[in-house]
Amino acid sequence: MSHRLTDVMWLFSLIVLLLLFPINGFAKEAVPVAEDPEIEKRMLALTMDLRCLVCQNEPISDSRAEFSNDIRREIRAQIKENKTDEEIIQFLVDRYGDFILYNPPIKPTTLFLWFGPAALFLIAIGALVFYLKRRRTQIEEVVLSQEQVEQAEALLSEEKKDKNV
Amino acid sequence: MMRYLLPLFAFMVLAAFLLVGLSLNPRQVPSPLIDKPAPTFQLSQLHEPEKVMSSSENLGKVWMLNVWASWCVACRDEHPLLVQLAKSGIVPIYGLNYKDERSTAMQWLKRFGDPYTISIVDPDGKVGIDYGVYGVPETYVIDKQGIIRHKQIGPVTVDALEKTIIPLIKELQQKT
Repeated sequence: MSHRLTDVMWLFSLIVLLLLFPINGFAKEAVPVAEDPEIEKRMLALTMDLRCLVCQNEPISDSRAEFSNDIRREIRAQIKENKTDEEIIQFLVDRYGDFILYNPPIKPTTLFLWFGPAALFLIAIGALVFYLKRRRTQIEEVVLSQEQVEQAEALLSEEKKDKNV
Repeated sequence: MMRYLLPLFAFMVLAAFLLVGLSLNPRQVPSPLIDKPAPTFQLSQLHEPEKVMSSSENLGKVWMLNVWASWCVACRDEHPLLVQLAKSGIVPIYGLNYKDERSTAMQWLKRFGDPYTISIVDPDGKVGIDYGVYGVPETYVIDKQGIIRHKQIGPVTVDALEKTIIPLIKELQQKT
């Protein structure tokens, strides 16, 4: 009997031991967060307006892509080197182009992007005003003759009588 | 007649924009580095780690820089083409082994063939950032003055080679 009990004990402790074993230990180690919260804050503010080129509808700040990790690391390093935000943005634009910016600069190639929708809207409003004005002139004022007025009144009063009944 | 033609015309313009938009590939981000000097680098070589290769060594010749990694599946697709191109001797290809393990990279080359005149390693992707690499494989054509003339994003295809890359290389080689 006691023999069996030790068996159970053994099994139990084995299970406990297995449960204690850190399964997470197999996962890839988390990328260390920079020690300096000030740097991290600036890096985050910068990467919020930068496009991850691999996952294009995600800002670099939210992205877990390898590409974004690299850019974040690069930005941290440059902040440590006392580069200004403008210098860092310029560094990235030089390498990846305006496409990395969610707010592309206003220049000849982006004019349509910036003002196209507003221009289309104005054109549409203009067309609507033009159309409405033209329609007004097309509808002719109908002048009723005395006879027609009387006829209309007669019909209307008839209707009233009908309702009263 | 005009009142029917005008909306039709407007619709056709919008449809044309949509058509062009749909046929564009959003993954092909045009590189701002085209027609700009290729970023310089000094990197350790893959096969002989103690040797350093500098990009300035290639001034005076037209060369290709192919960014690849053993973990990159699409690199396998283009690799036979690169091996073939290297055999043809048209242009020297330099391999930039991007964020990879040295030993696996060397095994990979042994298995699939080594088209590279020299292989260099960029373990943390620093040079990759300088070249605006965001999706491996990427291939650059660099001219005698060290100016980037073409960037192929994604695997090199037969079509791209025959229609764009090789004609461009031949043209660049003829210039002094």
